[in-house]
Parts: sequence; structure tokens; C-alpha cells
Amino acid sequence: MYIDPHIHMVSRTTDDYQRMALAGCVAITEPAFWAGYDRSSAQGFVDYFRLLTDTEPRRAAQFGIRHHTWLCINPKESEDLGLAREVLAEIPKFLDRPNVLGIGEIGLNKNSRNELIVLEEHIALAKSRGLLILVHTPHLEDKLKGTRLIMDAIMAQGIDPGRVLIDHVEEHTVRLVLDRGFWAGMTLYPDTKCTPQRAADIFEMHGTDRLWINSAADWGVSDPLAVPKCREEMRRRGHLEAVIQRVSFDNPKKFLSQSGRFEVSCSCPTPR
Amino acid sequence: MATPMRVSEIIDQYFLEHRAKTLDLAAFLDRHDRAAKAEGLASAEASKDVRVRALLRALDLLRDGHPERARRILELWSDHSTAPIPAAPMKGAIGAVELP
Ligand SMILES: [Zn+2]
Repeated sequence: MYIDPHIHMVSRTTDDYQRMALAGCVAITEPAFWAGYDRSSAQGFVDYFRLLTDTEPRRAAQFGIRHHTWLCINPKESEDLGLAREVLAEIPKFLDRPNVLGIGEIGLNKNSRNELIVLEEHIALAKSRGLLILVHTPHLEDKLKGTRLIMDAIMAQGIDPGRVLIDHVEEHTVRLVLDRGFWAGMTLYPDTKCTPQRAADIFEMHGTDRLWINSAADWGVSDPLAVPKCREEMRRRGHLEAVIQRVSFDNPKKFLSQSGRFEVSCSCPTPR
Repeated sequence: MATPMRVSEIIDQYFLEHRAKTLDLAAFLDRHDRAAKAEGLASAEASKDVRVRALLRALDLLRDGHPERARRILELWSDHSTAPIPAAPMKGAIGAVELP
């Protein structure tokens, strides 16, 4: 039994849900993100939020998987401040939907000034509503700088770091994140981010406290079964079953349960 | 949390995979140099491309005998500036920065 706490099912097929259920997935969380193209209006995001809060939970329920979500305008579409603020104004209308856990995945992409302004406005929204935050950190050469800027922006607003998960950490950012009291996520992604082997190495070097794994599977080359594959890698190395369960079930459950809305047991399927 | 594997087990389990990755890297540099020769451009060792330069510099770190090679390579390839940039020039990232 495992939780994939970061996956973009909007880009995946129903067969993927079936395979994930067969592999032991009981709950997922799907942060709002870039869809591989820029939306042309705020209405495009409103439709996306409807999908995240209505369509996907139903599709997941058919396979006994509990679906949760996080809402925001992602950093890749935050360069246009006007559009970002229009979308930000729509988000509160969806925050009371039962599967919404908080604000995410917010953060930075190219570490630009406008991205930072939009990030700060999302942090303020999360603070005013007492919501959890899920953070996307930039890719490749931009990750180290972006991770530092994001943590500073969050701390500047007096947010409890224990209610924030900083995702896509790698060997050069994991310690910075954990040492400041945040939760950290490792993304198992081919070519960029972590392989299952490197994620297992990072657990061995930095322990399992406040650290989880996810697939972040989306429209790109990615793997919706990455979490069970990392569990298998740890098992192959001889790690205890309790440790494997901690990083792929107990830890995400502990962090996500702070929302008061996270459920692992699935209600009856209501396909439509 | 230490690794539960012994050194001999680590080698047995992972050697072939990393042997293959080493050959991939060698073949990539060979491919680069064949194309460079045909185009009259510099070989990988003298490349002006930031990514090729960054890759070769990382290979030096692999054999310096110090721990945490993965962390140090990622730091080598990272942008170490601290101020936000005026505007995002593109959506993606290339994987390395210009090294001195
Ligand atoms: Zn994501």
C-alpha cells in the first residue's frame, strides 16, 4: 500500500489509474501545474480547477484511489502578472471543495521577478486561509538558486515550515530544505530529477524524517509507477519493510493529514 | 540510516548498469567529435558549449577522491547568483551554467 503524493493525472490515461491500483496505490495528490502549453485566459484555469476538484476524483474512485488536489497558477505561467492575478482571484471559489488540500504547486521556474511576486501572493493566500503549501522548485541549473529564494519568501511571511513541502529536491538541495524545518519531496523522473537508486541513496545519507517520494508523472517522459519501483529498489537493498512504508505511506500521510482533509480510504465509486 | 548492502553486493548489483552508462558517455563524446570534425569545429575537449564544458569538468570531480560527488557535481552545474532575474527568457533549463 502506498501514496503517490505528486502526480498529474490530467495527463495520464485511465489505464494508468488501473495499473497504479494494482501496484498498491491507495491515494494521490495532484498539484495544479503547467499543461505543456500556455492557457489563453483565466477561464482556462477555471476549467482546469473543475477537472481537478470534480472529474479526477471520480475517475480515481473507480479504482479505489482517493484523489486530492492543490490549486494555484504555476510559475511557468506566472510571467504575465495580469493573467496571474485574474487566476488568483478565481482560486478562493474552489478552496472549499472537499479534495483541496492547499496551495500548490507554487514556486519558481526561471527565478524571475514576476514569478517571485506571484509566489509571494500565493503564500499570502495560503497564510490568510491557514492552508498547507506544496512547492515546485526549478529545474536543473536553476534549482539551487530557486530553492533558496523560495524558502526565504516563505519564511518572510512567517509561515510554519512544518506545513510546507518543498518538492523536487536533489543531493544539493535536500539538506538546505530539511535544515530549515521544511518537508522535502524527491521526484523520481527519468533524465531529470532523481532515479529510484539516487532517492534510496538520499534516504541512506539524510534519513527518512520529513522526506517523501513521488512520481510527478505528467505529460512528459515520466513513470506513474515510479513510487513502487523505488520501494522495490529499497527492498532489493535490504531495507526494512517498516522503513519502506514510512517513506512511501506514513510520511506523506503525516504531512497531508495536517490539512484535515486527507483520506486514504476510498468512498464508493461514482463514475459519470 | 546506513546502506544495508556490503561493498561486494553494491558492485555485483550495479556494476553492469554503470559500465553501460560509462560507455554511453564515451560514445556521446565520440559522436560529438565525429560531427565536429566533419563540420570543422572544435572537439569536446575544446568545446565552447557550456553543457559539454560542464560535463567534462564533472568528470574531473568523479575521480578526485572526495565524498558526495553527486552533490558536488550538481553544485558545479548550478547558477550561484542570488538576485531574481528581470524576466524569464524561456520556460526550460539547459542543465548547466557557464563555467570559468
Ligand atoms: Zn508537478
